[in-house]
Amino acid sequence: MAITSIKNLKEFSTNNDRFEGALTLCPGCAHSMIVRELMNCTDDNLVIASNTGCLEVSTAVYPFTSWDTSWIHIGFENAATAVTGAEAMHKARKRKGTLKDNDAPVKFVAFGGDGSTFDIGFQWLSGAVERGHDFTYICLDNENYANTGGQRSSATPIGAHTSTAQAGTHSYGKKQKKKDIVAIMAAHGAPYVAQLAPNKWKSMAKGFQKALETEGPCFINTVSPCCTEWKFDPKDTINITDLATDSLMFPIYEIIDGHELNILYRPKNVLKVEDYLAAQGRYKHLFKPENRHVIDEIQKNIDEYWEMLQRREEARV
Amino acid sequence: MQDLKLKAADKRGIHQLGGDELVGWDEVTQGIILTSFEGDASNVAHLKAEERNYSDFNSYTATVASWRVQKPVFNIDVCIDCQNCWVWCPDTSIISRDKQMLGIDYDHCKGCEVCVEVCPTNPKSLLMFNEQEDLETALSQWPEKKKKEK
Repeated sequence: MAITSIKNLKEFSTNNDRFEGALTLCPGCAHSMIVRELMNCTDDNLVIASNTGCLEVSTAVYPFTSWDTSWIHIGFENAATAVTGAEAMHKARKRKGTLKDNDAPVKFVAFGGDGSTFDIGFQWLSGAVERGHDFTYICLDNENYANTGGQRSSATPIGAHTSTAQAGTHSYGKKQKKKDIVAIMAAHGAPYVAQLAPNKWKSMAKGFQKALETEGPCFINTVSPCCTEWKFDPKDTINITDLATDSLMFPIYEIIDGHELNILYRPKNVLKVEDYLAAQGRYKHLFKPENRHVIDEIQKNIDEYWEMLQRREEARV
Repeated sequence: MQDLKLKAADKRGIHQLGGDELVGWDEVTQGIILTSFEGDASNVAHLKAEERNYSDFNSYTATVASWRVQKPVFNIDVCIDCQNCWVWCPDTSIISRDKQMLGIDYDHCKGCEVCVEVCPTNPKSLLMFNEQEDLETALSQWPEKKKKEK
C-alpha cells in the first residue's frame, strides 16, 4: 500500500520529493512546507487542482511547472469542482476499463487559499462536499488575500491590520470575527474534517494520510503563516506557528463524521495570546492603550472556543 | 527562455492546426499542457531526483539562487541527521538520502534561514554566511560548543 512511514522524521525523509524547488513563493513561506508534506505522506499517484492564489501563481510560472504529478488550474474558485470532475471521470473510465493501469491507486486533492476557500470558492466547495466525491480539500489559511497585496478576507481575525481594513486613528483593523470554517465543513457531514499546523509535522502527516485514506469528501484547514503580510522575519515561520498553536489561536483538532471531535495537540504551557500577537507587525497597533480591549476580546474568544472544544470532545456528540 | 516558450507553444497544437502560420483565436486549442518529465512518469514517486528524467519545463531545471543575499552552510561534523531541516525546508533544497543529510541544493535555496532556526544541535550544524564566502572559509569560522548557562 502506498501510505509511507511517518514513524519518525528519519523514516519520513526517505521519501522522494515530488514538489520541485525554484518556485517563486516568498522565502520562508509555509505554503510549500504543507504541500511537500502532503506529497511525501503517500506514494500514490496524485491528481491535484489549485485555486488561484499564491500557491498557483508561483508554482506554475510559464514555462515552468513545479509539480511532478498531474496538476490543473482553471479559475479562482473552482479547484473543488475541477478535481471532482476528474474524480468522476476516473471512476467512469475505471468502470469501462479504459484506463492504462486500472488498479493503480489515484488520490484527488484540491488546494485553495483562505480567500478562495472562505469567500470566493465557498459555494463550489460546499457543492462538491454535498455531492460526496472522494477527494481531499486542503485550505492554506494565511488569513488574507496575500497574492494581491494583503486585503482582508473572512478568514482575517479581529484586530488584524490589512490593506483594506487598516489600523489608524479611527480603526483598530478588522472589526469582524473570523469565520469558523472547520465547524461549517463538519456541518456538511464530511467524514473527516481537521485543523492542522505545519510545526506539528507528525499530526499533520497523520491527518493528511487519514484524509487520503478516507472515502468521501475530506476537508483540512492548515495554518500557513505569511511572512510578507503578517510582517515577521522569514526565518521565524515555524516559531510563529509554534506560538499560534501554543496560544490556542489555532487549536489542532479533527472532527470525524461531523460529530466525533478529537483534540490532537494540547500545549503543556498555554501561552497568552499577547505573545503571539506581539511577534507580528500586523497586530502592532493593538498594544496602544486605546486598543488594549481588543486583545482582551481575542483572549476571551480563544478561551471560550477552547472550552467548547474540550466539552465537545468529552461529550462525543 | 524564448526558445522554451516556443517549445511550449508547440504542445498547444499550433503546429497541427497551421504549422508556422498564426491561427485565429477560435482555432487555438484552449489551455496549455506542460509535461514535467520526458517519457513515462508513472514511477516517479519511487525515483530519487538524480534518477529522474526531468523535462525542460520542470522547475527543477530552473534556479532562484539570485534571490539570496546570505546562504546557509552545512557542517557535517555537527549534524545528527534529525531531518528537521528537511521537513521544514520550503524550497525542497535539503538533499537527504537514506536517512542522512548530505547538503544543500544551492540552485533552489532562497536563503530564508528556516533550516538554521529549526536546527537543534549545539553549535548549530547550519549557519548563515554571506553569499560570496567560500565554503572552506565558512567552515573554518564555525563557533565552539556553547556551555549551558547556569
